[in-house]
Amino acid sequence: MAKHDKDATFVGDSRISAKRIPNIAPSYSDFPGKSEPFWPNFLLKEWMVAAVCLVGFLILTVSHPSPLTDKANPNDTSFVPLPDWYFLFLYQLLKYPWASGDWVVLGTIIIPAVAFGAMVLAPWLDKGKERRAKKRPVATGLMLVSLVGIFYLTWAADHEHSLHHSSNQAGGGAVASGDPNFKPDEIWTKQTSCMGCHGNNMEGMVGPNLQKIGSKYSAEEIEGIIKNGKPPGMPAGLIKDEAEIKKLAEYMAGLK
Amino acid sequence: MIQKMYDWVDERLNVTPMWRDLADHEVPEHVNPAHHFSAFVYCFGGLTFFITVIQILSGMFLTMYYVPDIVNAYESVKYLQNEVAFGVIVRGMHHWGASLVIVMMFLHTLRVFFTGSYKKPRELNWVVGMLIFFVMLGLGFTGYLLPWDNTAYFATKVGLEIANSVPLIGPYIKTLLTGGDIVGAQTLSRFFAIHVFFLPGALLGLLAGHFIMIRAQGISGPL
Repeated sequence: MAKHDKDATFVGDSRISAKRIPNIAPSYSDFPGKSEPFWPNFLLKEWMVAAVCLVGFLILTVSHPSPLTDKANPNDTSFVPLPDWYFLFLYQLLKYPWASGDWVVLGTIIIPAVAFGAMVLAPWLDKGKERRAKKRPVATGLMLVSLVGIFYLTWAADHEHSLHHSSNQAGGGAVASGDPNFKPDEIWTKQTSCMGCHGNNMEGMVGPNLQKIGSKYSAEEIEGIIKNGKPPGMPAGLIKDEAEIKKLAEYMAGLK
Repeated sequence: MIQKMYDWVDERLNVTPMWRDLADHEVPEHVNPAHHFSAFVYCFGGLTFFITVIQILSGMFLTMYYVPDIVNAYESVKYLQNEVAFGVIVRGMHHWGASLVIVMMFLHTLRVFFTGSYKKPRELNWVVGMLIFFVMLGLGFTGYLLPWDNTAYFATKVGLEIANSVPLIGPYIKTLLTGGDIVGAQTLSRFFAIHVFFLPGALLGLLAGHFIMIRAQGISGPL
């Protein structure tokens, strides 16, 4: 709304008053306690806090360059996907049997919607006048339980990922001990689906080294693993041809 | 000289009331860490904004090198990371800042919650704050894909599959975000647009609302 001062400086619809307001800060002695003006007193302190924060931030940045894995390859079936850490608790929820499969709606929508919905509506769910956390045990209690849940789920997701990762590492660790002079039989070099994970010379990449697999498993056992897979990494049914599986298993059982 | 310039502008635009309103709002003792050290919990909101500004600035510099298409995206990030002077710092700040902003916002939300500051008359500001929280999570999700490395690609794929499993609207959300049947060229373009234009626009509007409401209502009183 335009103010219609009689003493406007400019003609027309101007809201600029001819009366100048002096550019002086009020006295803060009238305010309760040790109140102070935002500018410049408090902002200076806030900048000091920000400067401390920035130093920590820069140390983190310099000491930990941001990661960059290989270029996105949709055919890389061995890559274990993991969302950014602040989504892990939602992701972990979907791994539990009661929140996946037939119950996936519970994990994707109902639990997050109830939790975030309650957060958005907090002022209307917790209408009491009391502000102190101890005086409103229901709100405080629910928040503390949610916090414990979030921290636990995030930890569990990370823990599971590192367990999974370390089992890959066991295979990866064998790369170093893999014999570089090892020459696999023709029957192996035909199996591109095997070589993808176990390496062209069975030296092991994502999957473990197989150069001495015969000392660990018999031909029948290897046949079973090829057909049925082996958790967590080895998928079932990569080779369809029964005779081929038998031939390959016998060859591998001979590697000692 | 500066005083004269100020007076010249003030005579024409009457900026003094606006300036005094910004400069003079009183900061009460109970939120001032210089008087009570425990009042540092009141700093998290300001720090969230500080890191948001860093995110905007570092993001602007990143777009000087980043190319949002599936052939060049990864190469441009790699070039920025390894060849450009201080590129590793700029990308590092944007990368770690994304996590820090979530941490600070989380702490700020907890401070507001446990001091009961969301109660009448500040209900609307709490709701706007929660919307800012969701926008930030959206920025994190869309930004994660942009380097187009394996981490980014498969995390996004999983995220979109989760979105797809939502009943009724899920498949529409997935199609809207992927722009086709697969996570590919269209997806990267869309995520880039959402990350750089849509969500920052929404964020700036919400932040303005957040701050105007704080100015109108003041900081909640001592407990």
